[in-house]
Amino acid sequence: MKLESKIPEGPISEKWTKFKSMAPLVNPANKRHIEIIVVGTGLAGASAAASLAEMGYKVSAFCFQDSPRRAHSIAAQGGINAAKNYQNDGDSVFRLFYDTIKGGDYRAREGNVHRLAEVSTSIIDQCVAQGVPFAREYGGTLSNRSFGGTQVQRTFYAAGQTGQQLLLGAYSALERQVGLGNVKMHNRHEMVEVVTIEGKARGIIARNLVTGKLERFFSHAVLLCTGGYGNVFYLSTNAMGSNVTAAWKAHKAGAYFGNPCFTQIHPTCIPVSGHYQSKLTLMSESLRNDGRIWVPKKQNDDRHPNNIPEDERDYYLERRYPAFGNLVPRDIASRAAKERCDGGYGVGPSKMAVYLDFKYNMMQKYGRTEASKHNIENPDDATLLRLGQEVVKEKYGNLFDMYKQITDEDPYEVPMRIYPAVHYTMGGLWVDYNLMTTVPGLYALGEANFSDHGANRLGASALMQGLADGYFVIPLTIGSYLSGEIHTKAIPTSHEAFEAAENRANERIQNFLNIKGTRSVESYHRELGLIMWNKCGMARNEKGLNEAIAEIRALREDFYKNVRVPGTDKEFNPELDKAGRVADFLELGELMCIDALNRNESCGGHFREEYQTEDGEALRDDENYKNVFAWEHTENNKWELHKEELIYENIKIQQRSYK
Amino acid sequence: MKHSMKVNLQVWRQKNAQAQGNFENYSVETNPNMSFLEMFDVLNEQLIHDGKEPVAFDHDCREGICGMCSMVINGNPHGPKQAITTCQLHMRSFNDGDTIVVEPWRANAFPVIKDLSVNRSSFDRIIASGGFVSVNTGNAVDANNILIPKDIADEAFEAATCIGCGACVSACKNASAMLFVGAKVTQLSLLPQGQAERQSRVVAMVNQMDAEGFGACTNTGACAAECPKGIPLSVIATLNREYTSAKLNGK
Repeated sequence: MKLESKIPEGPISEKWTKFKSMAPLVNPANKRHIEIIVVGTGLAGASAAASLAEMGYKVSAFCFQDSPRRAHSIAAQGGINAAKNYQNDGDSVFRLFYDTIKGGDYRAREGNVHRLAEVSTSIIDQCVAQGVPFAREYGGTLSNRSFGGTQVQRTFYAAGQTGQQLLLGAYSALERQVGLGNVKMHNRHEMVEVVTIEGKARGIIARNLVTGKLERFFSHAVLLCTGGYGNVFYLSTNAMGSNVTAAWKAHKAGAYFGNPCFTQIHPTCIPVSGHYQSKLTLMSESLRNDGRIWVPKKQNDDRHPNNIPEDERDYYLERRYPAFGNLVPRDIASRAAKERCDGGYGVGPSKMAVYLDFKYNMMQKYGRTEASKHNIENPDDATLLRLGQEVVKEKYGNLFDMYKQITDEDPYEVPMRIYPAVHYTMGGLWVDYNLMTTVPGLYALGEANFSDHGANRLGASALMQGLADGYFVIPLTIGSYLSGEIHTKAIPTSHEAFEAAENRANERIQNFLNIKGTRSVESYHRELGLIMWNKCGMARNEKGLNEAIAEIRALREDFYKNVRVPGTDKEFNPELDKAGRVADFLELGELMCIDALNRNESCGGHFREEYQTEDGEALRDDENYKNVFAWEHTENNKWELHKEELIYENIKIQQRSYK
Repeated sequence: MKHSMKVNLQVWRQKNAQAQGNFENYSVETNPNMSFLEMFDVLNEQLIHDGKEPVAFDHDCREGICGMCSMVINGNPHGPKQAITTCQLHMRSFNDGDTIVVEPWRANAFPVIKDLSVNRSSFDRIIASGGFVSVNTGNAVDANNILIPKDIADEAFEAATCIGCGACVSACKNASAMLFVGAKVTQLSLLPQGQAERQSRVVAMVNQMDAEGFGACTNTGACAAECPKGIPLSVIATLNREYTSAKLNGK
């Protein structure tokens, strides 16, 4: 099958406008008869479900959590980008477009990214109208800050919990539609099969996680808004329940998987503290606005950080990248931290950490301003620190509290210890400009698709993309498909395709329960995570990837012989839920390694050790790899590679430089 | 710091909503840096290894924001420390040899699903009854067209940080949801965007709260004391004021 991106013709700044004027529509009377299933209720899912229901479609939404408000978008901290140029600092739609393409190391589609930048401004308007309490200035206007990979201030935020406030906005819009009877919400349901009839997506099989019952749902279109698959690494900043299952079942039903190996390792997370660790906690990138990253200049320096004098500290990001300093993109900051720690300069008990230090800015930036505001002449250090601490507390108080809670150290007094951790997956289901996968009628939105971030996502862009897809893109693009479906009557779920899909799901469940082995699901997940982190993580090479593939295959085989899933399938059984998710990770992990092995270049978050510049930067190969890898699942754990060539007409491709 | 400790647990076990529950005793080897939920992971590994059924409990983000985790620990929702959720509680808050009693939220409007998991859909239904601004996608004006003074925005934000975990209900002797409802009503009644539906909203939400079987408020203040996000008791005063004013206006 040939991959068609369906990018509209014409100049970049007119593509979306033209599309909007020409896109086929469904009239209001017909909308009432068309059913849409939305799986996942994070930013993309909740905003899509609400917007489509407002338009008049009959929507059913599903989430595995106990309430749609729990989706993991809730945990996003730092902010959301928009090209508003409220700061009068030279921002524009083109600049946001440019920064995003460059930040993604030239591995994203121009057409999609430009559309994202265009709708970014409407997102902020919509959220404010819903009552999202963004941070404001004294004059009542919205406040902005900067994030990595940009030189303007375009990030809108609500303290350190922007994702929470945006999600609660989308959730309230969704619940409003539930209350109006336009959305039927299914909490504690997990999608376990996509049902296709004559090649089109026609519904899903979902498992009621409370009763264990497999339930059938028909629809004219299915939207997967199920987030990323970072939990394949076991330890990540994702929620415990975040999984790839819905996307993976779609993949097996014919949807190609795009760039699976493109993983974002976030530079500023609280380091691992023990073998029992269940997840990693992020410290927002916004902290890099005011925190300076350093390690001691001496290897294995065991002194307390406050006792290491200024001239014995290596502010390695400022040293290596003077133009962007501590605000280089995430992939670059992460690799630089790894490079220092591997070289023996790491700090803390594990020596796998670097310092994120606020003292300088607390005193010199905020302390001095506050002192001058309060007419304090020649303030001493203690006064500067006290005044600065108050400002920092207002900006990042919840993050500092969280850090202290986890580590038992006070970041107002001692620099934070941080280390990179898996955070986001740029890869996902391949979609065209309409956000449709290779299965007609099956869509993927938000982190679940592969589309807009290339090989590295810039900070504060995930919230933007999730809401862009849900509020502004899908309501329009879905019309292209549904306008051809107005004569399709609801198909009874007694149809043989539903029967067969339910049987497949049931067989898998019975299989898990019947293995009756000795090892817990968790232990397999942990082992898989270690393989992935060590061999398909921040740095990858051919030998390691080949080893990883063999190890994952062996682990998967062992899983189906020795896993122990307690309880039954007729009750609330979280272990059984987990077994299904880990089984899918055990397949996805292999595909990620195959993808990484086939991409013989370094780009963004994908760093192949064989391909680097003399000073250790990622070395792209635009001649051979200026493309998207889209994998087709052909038979059990066998894949065929398809490529979509990326075309750059508006941006000159160059070696990415933040120096 | 000591590197290992042992605690004795008394955990509520209940097969399903209909079953009669009871406490079971367990002992777990842990260490001070482990989180409380990681200690439960260790317990569950142990139970699975011994061929027993693990304890069902709700949890997801494990960073204090999703509102899913929900354990009453030694009588306190989210445990002995102030202003944190269960997932942020660490074993360093306990001593070697302690006995810890762990129960689910207990309220008629939060029926137990299994063990420590409860059904909080009643909160969703309260929001669906009016906890929103009726603005369809695409209807918004430029975000800076309506100026909002910083102190008002900050106050609305403070109320909006509620994570909907239900600790307030669990802490209340009447199982009242006034803090939860008050937080949303306060947020939206402070903001200009919430004005159009200000009165109908509060009446609808209070009616739904009553219909779900939450109790009345007797101003004990346990809700605010146990709230992991520090939602202040004043939101209940705002709720009462908004409700009275709406009723006086014949809503």
